[in-house]
Amino acid sequence: MREYKILAPTAILGYGFPEKSFVKGIEKNPDLIAVDAGSVDPGPYYLGSGKSFTDRNSVKRDLEYMLVAAKEHNIPVAIGSAGGSGAKTHLDWNIEIIEEIMEENNLDLKVVVIDSQLSKSYLMDKYKEGDITPLFPTPPLTEEDLSQSTNIVGQIGVEPFIEAFKMGADVVLAGRAYDPAVFAALPIMKGYDPGISLHLGKILECASIAASPGSGRDCMLGTLGEDYFILEPMGDTRKCTTDSVAAHSLYEKTNPYKLPGPGGLLDLTDTVYEQLDETRVKVKGSKFVPSEKYTIKLEGAKLVGKRTISIAGVRDPIMIEQISHILEEVKEQVQDNFSGKNYEYHLTFHIYGKNGVMGSLEPVKNPVHELGIVIDVVAQEKVIADTICSFVRSTLLHFGYPNRKATAGNLAFPYSPSDISVGDVYQFSVHHLLENIDPVEIFTIKWLNEYQKGAL
Amino acid sequence: MKNISITELTNVIRSKNAGPYELTFDFIFKNEDIFNKIVQMDVINEELIAKLYKIPVEKVISVVAYKPAKAIKATIIRPIAAGDLGETDVYGAQQHGPLLAIEIPWEGSV
Repeated sequence: MREYKILAPTAILGYGFPEKSFVKGIEKNPDLIAVDAGSVDPGPYYLGSGKSFTDRNSVKRDLEYMLVAAKEHNIPVAIGSAGGSGAKTHLDWNIEIIEEIMEENNLDLKVVVIDSQLSKSYLMDKYKEGDITPLFPTPPLTEEDLSQSTNIVGQIGVEPFIEAFKMGADVVLAGRAYDPAVFAALPIMKGYDPGISLHLGKILECASIAASPGSGRDCMLGTLGEDYFILEPMGDTRKCTTDSVAAHSLYEKTNPYKLPGPGGLLDLTDTVYEQLDETRVKVKGSKFVPSEKYTIKLEGAKLVGKRTISIAGVRDPIMIEQISHILEEVKEQVQDNFSGKNYEYHLTFHIYGKNGVMGSLEPVKNPVHELGIVIDVVAQEKVIADTICSFVRSTLLHFGYPNRKATAGNLAFPYSPSDISVGDVYQFSVHHLLENIDPVEIFTIKWLNEYQKGAL
Repeated sequence: MKNISITELTNVIRSKNAGPYELTFDFIFKNEDIFNKIVQMDVINEELIAKLYKIPVEKVISVVAYKPAKAIKATIIRPIAAGDLGETDVYGAQQHGPLLAIEIPWEGSV
């Protein structure tokens, strides 16, 4: 079996990569250029709002290198989790960028688009059939969460990519995708072992993060053989070591041995890491264990309100000593002041210097000499969030606490205006498993010119 | 036998989300001997994690040793889901502080 080479330019499309590393990668004659464009880590806002957490100019810069090289050297390209979260609007946003690049560079590329957003009516039917189950420790799904979600995507596996490449695509652009799938699909289609291919994909999706020194913005080359893969960083200063690669298997996962994904489990129990030379590591023994029912993960987010914040500092030691009590009293005064109105709001004080980072998990209670306070108000309507934030800010500013000496004001504001309207707030509403599906049929796979932008 | 700081035995101590509902902690030890010794001593366990974060031990999902990386991984249920109202750390990347205070009874040099 001949070796199969995959170039991963960057950890997330838009994070960038040095041109020199990319050129070195292309000179290795890769069989595939693949990139993971997204993550759930930046929180629910991006999936819920349909906006990208990556910058448009940066995404275009990275894609331009990839698509120009792909055309010149006839290398297929796979992109997963388009636009960051992979909802339809993210996909449309990424398509526009690709169209711009093709037009500006006069590139004639055959593009297939995989839409992984699922309709709520389809999911409601599946929910009623009992085919949507919680993914521990997620609470069970409710009909309300399902119907209120703005975007729900299914994390596609390798099968839809394979389908798209079988259609004859030069470039496959997918919505939400299991991170390793974008790298593993083509080699699996060509007969390479799924466990080896998916484990390679799991490492390549972070590009050079698995090297030492690690970086999300540098290229990594993966080479697949019959029962092994080899990792080689393209940046001159980086090395892959057995330590750096093995350590990466832990990253962002609950269990380093068993990694569940679409349609099965990646089992790393018997994985062996071997140092080939100074910069390359060879990996063997990873297995894919298909599950009885084909299962994918669903991700959804819903709008919960609008946010207004105010940021201030406190330096007065007498006030700092009493801060918990003072903030409780301010909360009571807000409630009392608007008790005649049925305002619904959620008020949080982030007190930096006092459990601001760890909240309820914070074990340390050391005194500090300075506190940063973020007054954080979320309400259904912007005007109410503004009203409550303004009231809390002015009440706290002039609050008369016991033994106060500093009667001119309790807060140091770095900004004027002091109150900042942040806008929409989302929360994760769906993080569940969808069972009993055909991994290809439930998604829309179309040529770019047949794909309808905007329509849901 | 004297106590030694966990920071002297490890190259990496970090926290991160493992999906929006879990926080995961990684300890990567300096060498195989240290890793084996720590695993044998069973000092990093569910009870220690629960104690450090002042949570009931049921909230600790797992503590797993991973030999290929000379690592121990602990995962807990997030107090609130990533991005929910009242959130303090969307990525979960600054929740490792209490782990740095772990002291291990140690004989000999490192």
